[in-house]
Amino acid sequence: MLSIGLPHFLVVGAALFALGIVTVVTRRNAVGILMGVELILNAANVNFVAFNHYVDPARLTGQVFSIFVIVLAAAEAAVGLAIVLAIYQTFRTIDVAETDLLRE
Amino acid sequence: MDHPTTSTLLSWMTFVPMAGAALILGLLGLRGSGILSKKQVDDASRFIALAGSAVPLLLGIYLYKAFDTASTDVQFVHHFRWIPSYNIEYFMGVDGLSVTLVLLTVLISFIATIASMPWWPGNAHLDDHHFTQRAVPGYMAMLLLLQTGMTGTFCALDMFLFYVFWEIMLLPMYFLIGIWGGSRKEYAAIKFFLYTLTGSVLMLLAIIGLYYNGPQEVVDGQLTHTFNLLKLAQWGRAGGYNMAPAVLGFQFARVAWIGLFIGFAIKIPMFPFHTWLPDAHVEAPTPISVILAGVLLKMGIYGILRFNFALLPQATRWAATAMAVFGAINIVYAAFVCLGQRDLKRMIAYSSVSHMGFCLLGMAAFTQQGIDGAVLNLWTHGLISPMLFLIVGVIYDRAHHRNIEGFGGLAQQVPEYTGLVGLAFFASLGLPGLCGFVSEFTVFLGALPVFKALTIVSATSVVITAAYYLWTMQRMFLGPLNEKYKGLPDVNWRERLTLYPLGALIILFGFYPKPMIDLFEVSLRQLLIPLQ
Amino acid sequence: MHAPIASGPVHAATVSWLFLIPLFPLLGAAINALAGAAIQKRWGKRANHAIAIGAMVLSCVVAEIAFWTMMSRPAEGRFFENTVWTMWQSGGLIVNLGFFLDPLSMTMTMIVTHVSMVIHVYSVGYMAEEPAYWRFFFWLNLFVFSMLLLVMGSNFAAMFFGWEGVGLCSWGLIGHWYQDLEKAKAAMKAFVVNRIGDFGFIVGLFILFWSLSGVWANDRYVPERGLSGHVKGTVSDAPRVAPGGVKLGPTLDFRELRNQVADESTGMAERLRGMSLWGIPVLALIGIFMFIGATGKSAQIPLYVWLPDAMAGPTPVSALIHAATMVTAGVYLVARLNFIYALSPHAMTVVAVTGAVTALFSATIGFFQYDIKKVLAYSTVSQLGFMFIGVGVGAYWAGIYHLMTHAFFKACLFLGSGSVIMACHHEQDMRKMGGLAKYTPITRWTYLVACITIAGFPIASGFYSKDEILWKAWTAQGLAVPGIGQVIYVIGAIAALGTSFYMFRSYYMTFSGEYRGNQGHGGDHHDDAHGHHGGEPHESPRTMTWVLIALAAASVLASFVGLPMAWTGKAPLFEHWLEPALPAQARVPFAHASHATEYLFQGIGVGVALLGWLVARLLYKDGKSAIPARLKAFFAVEWAIVYNKYYIDEIYDATVVRGSVALGRIAYWIDQNIIDGLVNFFGWLGRSVGYIDAAIDKYVVDGAVNAVADATIGGGRVLRRVQSGQINTYLFGALGGAIVFVIVQYVIR
Repeated sequence: MLSIGLPHFLVVGAALFALGIVTVVTRRNAVGILMGVELILNAANVNFVAFNHYVDPARLTGQVFSIFVIVLAAAEAAVGLAIVLAIYQTFRTIDVAETDLLRE
Repeated sequence: MDHPTTSTLLSWMTFVPMAGAALILGLLGLRGSGILSKKQVDDASRFIALAGSAVPLLLGIYLYKAFDTASTDVQFVHHFRWIPSYNIEYFMGVDGLSVTLVLLTVLISFIATIASMPWWPGNAHLDDHHFTQRAVPGYMAMLLLLQTGMTGTFCALDMFLFYVFWEIMLLPMYFLIGIWGGSRKEYAAIKFFLYTLTGSVLMLLAIIGLYYNGPQEVVDGQLTHTFNLLKLAQWGRAGGYNMAPAVLGFQFARVAWIGLFIGFAIKIPMFPFHTWLPDAHVEAPTPISVILAGVLLKMGIYGILRFNFALLPQATRWAATAMAVFGAINIVYAAFVCLGQRDLKRMIAYSSVSHMGFCLLGMAAFTQQGIDGAVLNLWTHGLISPMLFLIVGVIYDRAHHRNIEGFGGLAQQVPEYTGLVGLAFFASLGLPGLCGFVSEFTVFLGALPVFKALTIVSATSVVITAAYYLWTMQRMFLGPLNEKYKGLPDVNWRERLTLYPLGALIILFGFYPKPMIDLFEVSLRQLLIPLQ
Repeated sequence: MHAPIASGPVHAATVSWLFLIPLFPLLGAAINALAGAAIQKRWGKRANHAIAIGAMVLSCVVAEIAFWTMMSRPAEGRFFENTVWTMWQSGGLIVNLGFFLDPLSMTMTMIVTHVSMVIHVYSVGYMAEEPAYWRFFFWLNLFVFSMLLLVMGSNFAAMFFGWEGVGLCSWGLIGHWYQDLEKAKAAMKAFVVNRIGDFGFIVGLFILFWSLSGVWANDRYVPERGLSGHVKGTVSDAPRVAPGGVKLGPTLDFRELRNQVADESTGMAERLRGMSLWGIPVLALIGIFMFIGATGKSAQIPLYVWLPDAMAGPTPVSALIHAATMVTAGVYLVARLNFIYALSPHAMTVVAVTGAVTALFSATIGFFQYDIKKVLAYSTVSQLGFMFIGVGVGAYWAGIYHLMTHAFFKACLFLGSGSVIMACHHEQDMRKMGGLAKYTPITRWTYLVACITIAGFPIASGFYSKDEILWKAWTAQGLAVPGIGQVIYVIGAIAALGTSFYMFRSYYMTFSGEYRGNQGHGGDHHDDAHGHHGGEPHESPRTMTWVLIALAAASVLASFVGLPMAWTGKAPLFEHWLEPALPAQARVPFAHASHATEYLFQGIGVGVALLGWLVARLLYKDGKSAIPARLKAFFAVEWAIVYNKYYIDEIYDATVVRGSVALGRIAYWIDQNIIDGLVNFFGWLGRSVGYIDAAIDKYVVDGAVNAVADATIGGGRVLRRVQSGQINTYLFGALGGAIVFVIVQYVIR
């Protein structure tokens, strides 16, 4: 049996992060971008918890921080979805390629 | 400080006209704000101008009486420190040479001011475009400013002050010619201005060079150079400028001499720098021609004596022959040009060029008679030339042209005028008994032993001069009367007031020039000592 | 000859009233000039001539007083001087207004004042109908003033004042009727030609002045140190005061000059003889230049051309100025400078030869002239030539004697011609005269006496003066070329023959035969432009005829002062009288010849006069002879040349006059186009440089500034596209930036 150490968790976190980046950058659907942002945040969470467990288990700093992140993610998702709703009401679509009024 | 102030007379003589000019400008302000009418301001400016030039004349008479002709030092000194950081002083004083020219300046300026007044009595022949009627306050202010510049130039004994006054003269002349002049006035004015300014720039360079290569003295605990002409003359006589570093491979003294000389030669005017004169004279209004010929031309010679001769005697010796040659060219060449003229004013302008050549010839000989004759020529030419230009003014005001061949037989219509013309013409051609002869005679006498051939060639000018003047007299005044000019009015009182005093002085100095020569002989002898 | 007088320095007594002699005419002139027209209108012409003649009378009186005072003194004491004031002084040059009377200038003064006075009287009658009466008398008085300055001047400058002054008055008087342009031109010609002479005068004067000081060495003038007259202790080559107390050095004063040069003991004459300038002896130069001045004033070759034209003036003017006084100034000058000329044989020769050639040349022109005044004018030129022969060969007193006799007889002739002209109603052409003997007897007899005088018959003074001159020419030994004296004699004799001929021609044409004029019987009827149609000719008023009689008498009586030594055994009175003033007279060598030879030559002189008279009588008496017309037709070409004065005037006009004016126009063209062209070129250059600078400024310098701005805008335009509005792009960019940052920070460090 493989011993599961810190690097394994970090790899998972990194993979999640990369997938999240790719989702954000390439998706055209606004909700999909928000999903990607969730992935990034969760990847950061995995990192926090992993480091907390393997580096300094006596303290709970990492885990507390990840609770913060979850809360923030939730709040940000709510706000983001509200924005998507507003965008839908204005543009009648949530395809971000169509919302380029800020172009020059 | 050596030469302490003895009298402020010269400063009064110099600045009273400027005060008058300032007063006139104030009057213009009153007219602009509607308090005074145009006529009132015009008349007031004329009055101020007359007063402003009469006061220096009266002071000048006092100056003449109080001047000590036997002294070799400068008199009536007004001396104080002006710009201490460069050791520039306000140093005004006169010696024999300057006092003669100061007297000439105040006299001729007064006469020119009278000549700027409207016809008296009656203005029948002058229209609103005539220079005596147009923009009168400005004209009078410029005239007064010009007088300040001229008087100051002759009194200044500090090089910087001299240059300042020299430049003060330029601007009024430019406006006087350019605004109140004849048909080509703008061309003539700008030509005069730029030509003279070019010379002034060369002069300035030389002045600065002389300043920096001159002696140093301790002023306020600092060692500085000096602009003081008297000190520099001492320095130059002792050979101080011979030790100065070379400029572009040439001796400094010679380069400085040439720079100064060209600046002054343009004013004399010396061939080939003379071509501004005919245009300036022809286009200028009569009183300005009077001042130009009577005073401004003298500044060139004065400058050469005061700067070149006094400060750079060795270089002057080096250049003597060239000066004499150019003097002779002036005399003969310009006399021939006069012979070929059809415009009366242009002819008289060229005759001025010719007569100033006598000064150069006389000065270059370094004999007492030569230089006495040269300075006397300044005085006599300064009396005769204004009279000639006034005469041209008389006929131009009436006939509105100056073409000699367009007249004929005028003596029958205007005999008094003809008499005055005859007097002026004969004075200019050097008839004994009129002052022109005295200076010509003395110059030739002084120049012959040193420049035999040149003097003999120049002496032929007596024939050419007689020829062109008498020919003009004959074409214009003798013979049958030209029908066009029946009814031409004779000289009026305003013209008489300008012509008769000059005529009387010409006759007086023709028979008794001694007082004039005595004025400057002692100073000139001093000047000549290092040159002989 | 007798023993020369002591040649020591001359001292002059101060006589304080000499200045009155020229002063009176000056005052008369001033009054008539300033108020003459008003006076004439108010009190009539009488007042004007009263002023003028009054002035002349006063002047004559003072001159007489001076003369008799001088006569009462011994020969050495006959020098008066009166310095009125110093005109100017410059270094060693002192110019005084001073008057100096010695026998020479006393003679001249007497001639000038007295002849002028009688001519003033004559003018009263002659100019009676002249409207500008006052102007005429003004100029006449001014002329006398100037002439007196000339002859009485104590120094060269005072003399020159008079010299030019008479030129001025000559201009004014010749051009008196200036409304006629030809007369005005004649006046101008007189003045300008005189001026050429004046140029010679002053150059000669200056050379003389400077040769008395310093050294001419190797053709250079080496002035003494301190030319101002202060000898600063340097070694000078001649002491300032000679033994005998004579002051040495440059001076304009005649007496000082004479004292220095005429007295050999001062050494100045020796020094002058040794100096030369450009290889020519200085004394010769001085003499020749001064003589040029004399040729101008005294109408010799080549400057005589103004005199015939000067006949355009009124006849009294011609008589006074162009016969008796002004034209004699040149002779006076040479006589005054006798001690200079005597030192230079070359100068003497030039003077004598020019005089001789002029005498003959102008006599020939006089042969064929028809205008009576022109005949007399050429006669004057010719007689002046004789005077110059006299002073040229060294017989100074003879030249002056001829000057005096000429003044009398020529004035008489001119005034007689004036009388004739008035009688014929302003007709001057002799062809229209004739037969006047019965109409104008006084004029006729005085004219005849004058003709006899000029021809040289021993009953009148002309013979004595002319004969003396020619005899001295024959025996002259002081000239530069041996034998030239004899040549001059021959020329002079031929000229004398010519003189007699043309004078009697004029006499016979005018007075003999029948009157050929306007109202006359027979003869030509020409359409005259004169408005005169009076009847027959009539004699002139007494003011004119008495003057003629006086002058004719003087011409005869003047013989007595000039009777030759060969007749009386002692020197002529006139020569003795002039001796103190002419120190060089005794020193000029003349050949000694026996009295018989002298009588022979006198006989030749009379014979020549007779011959001329007879030929003239034959050809012209009563106008009946056809020979003149036939000769004229035969020698038509030669006649035309001589009649037209050898075309000299035309030659002068074409060369000198037109040449000068052309030169003037060329000089003006050069001035306008070349010199001023250069100035204007610099102006153009300046303006062009200005335009180029402006272009540089606008396109290069400002262009750079604008280019920067354009680049900025362009850059902005490009960079703007980053703002695409696409969220994905922005996020991509943020990611990229973060990666770059990481790489830079952690990998490349």
